[in-house]
Amino acid sequence: MIENRPFLHLMAHVILIAGVCIVALPVWVAFVASTHGPTDFMRGTIPMWPGPHFVQNYSRMLDRGLATSGTPAVGTMMLNSLIMALCIAVGKIVISVLSAFAIVYFRFPFRGLAFWCIFITLMLPVEVRIVPTFQVVADLGMLNSYAGLTIPLIASATATFLFRQVFLTIPDELTEAARIDGAGPMKFFRDILLPLSRTNIAALFVILFIYGWNQYLWPLLITTSADYYTIVAGIRRMADAVDGLPQWHLVMATAMLAMIPPVVVVIGMQRLFVKGLVETEK
Amino acid sequence: MASITLSNLGKNYGGGGNAVTGVNIDIQDGEFIVLVGPSGCGKSTLLRMVAGLESISEGEVRIGDRVVNQIEPADRDIAMVFQNYALYPHMSVRQNLAYGLKNRGTPKAEIERRVNEAAEILQIGAFLDRKPRALSGGQRQRVAMGRAIVREPAAFLFDEPLSNLDAKLRVTMRLEIKQLQRRLKTTSIYVTHDQLEAMTLADRLVVLNGGRIEQIGTPLDVYRRPASTFVAGFIGSPAMNLIDARAVPHLPGTAHAGTVGIRPEDLTVAPDGPIEMQVMAVEELGAQRLIHGLTGGEKITTTLPSDAPLTDRMRLSFRREQLHLFQRETGRRLD
Repeated sequence: MIENRPFLHLMAHVILIAGVCIVALPVWVAFVASTHGPTDFMRGTIPMWPGPHFVQNYSRMLDRGLATSGTPAVGTMMLNSLIMALCIAVGKIVISVLSAFAIVYFRFPFRGLAFWCIFITLMLPVEVRIVPTFQVVADLGMLNSYAGLTIPLIASATATFLFRQVFLTIPDELTEAARIDGAGPMKFFRDILLPLSRTNIAALFVILFIYGWNQYLWPLLITTSADYYTIVAGIRRMADAVDGLPQWHLVMATAMLAMIPPVVVVIGMQRLFVKGLVETEK
Repeated sequence: MASITLSNLGKNYGGGGNAVTGVNIDIQDGEFIVLVGPSGCGKSTLLRMVAGLESISEGEVRIGDRVVNQIEPADRDIAMVFQNYALYPHMSVRQNLAYGLKNRGTPKAEIERRVNEAAEILQIGAFLDRKPRALSGGQRQRVAMGRAIVREPAAFLFDEPLSNLDAKLRVTMRLEIKQLQRRLKTTSIYVTHDQLEAMTLADRLVVLNGGRIEQIGTPLDVYRRPASTFVAGFIGSPAMNLIDARAVPHLPGTAHAGTVGIRPEDLTVAPDGPIEMQVMAVEELGAQRLIHGLTGGEKITTTLPSDAPLTDRMRLSFRREQLHLFQRETGRRLD
């Protein structure tokens, strides 16, 4: 804020604090729930302060998991989610950076058509094409595998489009200077384009990692073996208690654990992430 | 080092009209050639055709004894300095200088030697390990030139390298480029729209207009004997007065001319001068003043010492040989 008025400062802080409270309250409730015993949440009043069962609940989930809902230990599911999120994020970035490179820097027949085909897939997210995609994956025998979990989600029009925009901001003179300096196309890509889009890659990685981590419908459909359950789909299975009350304290403990990796990624890459989204100087 | 020959060079972007038409230039080994003209005259296109960044529609380019029409820019043995420097922003100055050599597989020790040598010539040794964004405009310009020097190419191509600098720095860098070229004796082609830059740098000037060559010659030749009204009006500052001959029928020797040209600095005040000027505006430049006026309905400008007396009407004189006569229809020089 450019104006220096105490009242406006106060207002800004009030609004921001209110925003933080709205966002943080559910997380706090989840944390509180994860530290209580199995019956505390069924009594009608929701406790607002942590209870005594923190260690017990968390070690149970990390160790054995919730056998009654058929989910394995949290560790296995976290690992599955991590593999899936990393494969999706890295795969999407590799594919889209290469296709954007082709679209921006090469003149080939039907280049415009290729770009529009990629662009049109924006209108066909997984949820829309889920039945045929499932059929294809099933026919290829990729049910219950990491390949089945990740490959159908890898192609990304959004990321291709983003890299296209990034490459278009790189001045032509730089490309020409590299040409005169004797850098062939792939050398130019590796030595100039990739380092220049480093921050954009980082920003995209954060977004895509979270996208991959939060995948719910697709893993739910194609994994039937507990070995391939991801954490987000697993939480739903836990909450879906058939013959009894959901064990909310354990579900919440799992939810808290599931939050950790995305938070680590966001915090760890925060600086690059912000730079990648706001930086315009090339 | 090598000579460069452009023969009958033309560029057609398709969609009618040529960007460059029928250009013939013989550039000697070690010569400093400046292509000058207003924006859109095809001078950059011409340079980029020599560099290999633009395809050649007609004619051929020879560097040394090799026709390079179909040769990649990297293999033409040229180095180019761009208007916006085009330094790789993520590489240090040292890496920027070395990149072209590294791509050509030059041995490490040799790269090291050439980079240090170029750094010394350009006095950029102190910031070899900085990134380009930590440098000022003038320093970036030097690095861009350094990148050309380390390659030890057959020719330097400059594409308006000074136009992003402020006026003062431009004058300094202009001088440095000139001295550098004298020292390295590398054939150079330099593109600019600034006639002053063109005059001061060139061994020979090539004045371009509408994709065609108007005149080739040494700066003084072009200044003293402009081949057309276009060149006359473009080279020299303030621009030459170009007056319709019918407005000044009493001037000697102008009977068969369409346009009469006289440089502002060639006009002097004389009580019995043949030109009567009605003063419209005066611009003070310090050492001298520019006086704009009308004679016979035509605009005319003269430069006078700042201590010369000013009146509303002045009579101006000139020497006969300072008069430039041009044909009416074609604008070509008559004598």
